[in-house]
Amino acid sequence: MATRQTQSLAKIMRAPAIILLLIWMIVPLGMTLYYSFLNYNLLNPTQTSWAGWFNYQYFYTDPAFWDSIWNTLILVLGVLCITVVGGILIALLIDKPIFGQGIVRILVISPFFVMPPVAALIWKNMIMHPSYGVFADVAQFLGMAPVDWFAQYPLFSIILIVAWQWLPFATLILLTALQSLDGEQMEAAEMDGASALSRFIYLTLPHMSRAITVVILIQTIFLLSIYAEILVTTNGGPGNASTNLTYLIYRAARLNFDIGGAAAGGIIAVVLANIVAIFLMRAVGKNLD
Amino acid sequence: MGAITLQNVRKSFGDVEVIPGVDLEINEGEFVVFVGPSGCGKSTLLRLIAGLEDVTSGRILIDGQDVTDAGPAKRGLAMVFQSYALYPHMSVRKNIAFPLKMAKMPEAEQKARVDRAAKILNLDSYLDRRPGQLSGGQRQRVAIGRAIVREPAAFLFDEPLSNLDAALRVNMRVEISDLHNKLKTTMIYVTHDQVEAMTMADKIVVLRAGRIEQVGSPLDLYNSPANRFVGGFIGSPNMNFIEGEAARRMGAHSIGVRPEHWRMSTTEGAFPGTVGVAEHLGSDTLLHVELDSGENVIARAEGEFPVHHGDKIWLTPQDGRVYKFREDGLAA
Ligand SMILES: Nc1ncnc2c1ncn2[C@@H]1O[C@H](COP(=O)(O)OP(=O)(O)O)[C@@H](O)[C@H]1O
Ligand SMILES: [Mg+2]
Repeated sequence: MATRQTQSLAKIMRAPAIILLLIWMIVPLGMTLYYSFLNYNLLNPTQTSWAGWFNYQYFYTDPAFWDSIWNTLILVLGVLCITVVGGILIALLIDKPIFGQGIVRILVISPFFVMPPVAALIWKNMIMHPSYGVFADVAQFLGMAPVDWFAQYPLFSIILIVAWQWLPFATLILLTALQSLDGEQMEAAEMDGASALSRFIYLTLPHMSRAITVVILIQTIFLLSIYAEILVTTNGGPGNASTNLTYLIYRAARLNFDIGGAAAGGIIAVVLANIVAIFLMRAVGKNLD
Repeated sequence: MGAITLQNVRKSFGDVEVIPGVDLEINEGEFVVFVGPSGCGKSTLLRLIAGLEDVTSGRILIDGQDVTDAGPAKRGLAMVFQSYALYPHMSVRKNIAFPLKMAKMPEAEQKARVDRAAKILNLDSYLDRRPGQLSGGQRQRVAIGRAIVREPAAFLFDEPLSNLDAALRVNMRVEISDLHNKLKTTMIYVTHDQVEAMTMADKIVVLRAGRIEQVGSPLDLYNSPANRFVGGFIGSPNMNFIEGEAARRMGAHSIGVRPEHWRMSTTEGAFPGTVGVAEHLGSDTLLHVELDSGENVIARAEGEFPVHHGDKIWLTPQDGRVYKFREDGLAA
């Protein structure tokens, strides 16, 4: 797109897609914004009235609000840490030529194809259940008391489940990055006297930085809106211990039928997502240049 | 420091035997060039010496010490790769300092060595750039810089100039020779280009299919090739081979005459022929001649030689400049 002519042509060609996307985004956002200023309850849907900032005030003063913000951030960060570190380690492992490589790779990737509620239910009833879960069996075998994961460590349990689901994605992206690493560079470093650890720190990690950034950014988008896993396991409890912002909004809308309040929560979630996005782009965005 | 000995070194990749057995003595301070056609195992041999590949059998000694089982870092050798293999995320300075940093050398000493190398290689003004911002020749120099700061026992070069354009190649050739004169460190240099071999080497090792065909100084190889392969490989343009009746008369299966060893005449001589293409280069003239006996040969005359396409010409080998080869290719 070197010349001015091709540039304006390109703009025209791009326009329909961009306009469609814009409408797709603007309409729901606008409606949410509009509802967030209304008194609008599904128990009494005909009686709507202008609410001003009341919905925001109401949502903000909800005792669960700050808990949910923290839970959201911890959930995102926890899953990111586990998937990035775990993804790098698994990618390093399955990058080596091993027996049955193809099968191993498919196995590693398969959790990604399990739907979130199904995965969460399997974890809840077959793995982490205090009486017939695998973890309980292991604990008993080791002579320890079984842990009631969802009661004792609700947020951590959810982080574990979500991380399990996203690990394949991270592994896959990081593995492709790893495979594009130049072998001669590694050999040069080996001759330069770099240990395996130094080679990892000085060559492999910088080489993967772009892929790591992509993993972080894409996952953050989805992790901010985790919902199904919470719904089928802890229902946000005990108390608010595993309620994130998305789940709080769900509670407002579907349990209290408060559309106005939920919409206000939605707008707050958008703001939070943008703050996180700005923060992330500052921190890792330069890797994408 | 820097004498390398290979004792019956063999290397197979699976069932494929790439190096069927090499014995070689490289003296301290020598500039040794491995030359041979593409795929003959030059890189493999170099990587065996570097320790990047394990030998299948045989021994490798550096300064009398058996390093056959030592890792690449332990051998004290530095290698310049064909792709340069610079670290793309580090500045030129960090690239060159990397081996020193890995050796945990004090910062000040690192800096001094990098600066010295940069001066030798004219890299002073690029030290803060990334490799991606350098030209091919500059990258090549950075790769060499990274090798020399370590003060290795020997340098290994794997076709270091093949990614450069022709003019730069000539420059870098001279620079590397200069560097060798300055450092007086053993250098092993791999190339498929016999001109590089002839111009740079103290000792040339001609390889074919993983075997050493001949070892010797450039002029040794030029003047007395051990076999037909070496005769044809060394020298440019290639040696002309004539088989059949003419060779039999001289008591050989085939004879070889270098293009520059023909006497040419437009009236009489041993081999009559017809001029095909005549390349008038000014400094000399290359004639592609089709002999009446059927062979195509090249003859080179110094300065100008006024013949053109289709002219009749007689070629006569200069006295004592005919190489005779037996049926098995060895020099007779
Ligand atoms: N890692 C390897 N695995 C299998 N075959 C190899 C490997 N490396 C080189 N070879 C084979 O060994 C032969 C010599 O290769 P190489 O040493 O790279 O040749 P050169 O550098 O002289 O062009 C080639 O036929 C090549 O296919
Ligand atoms: Mg090679």
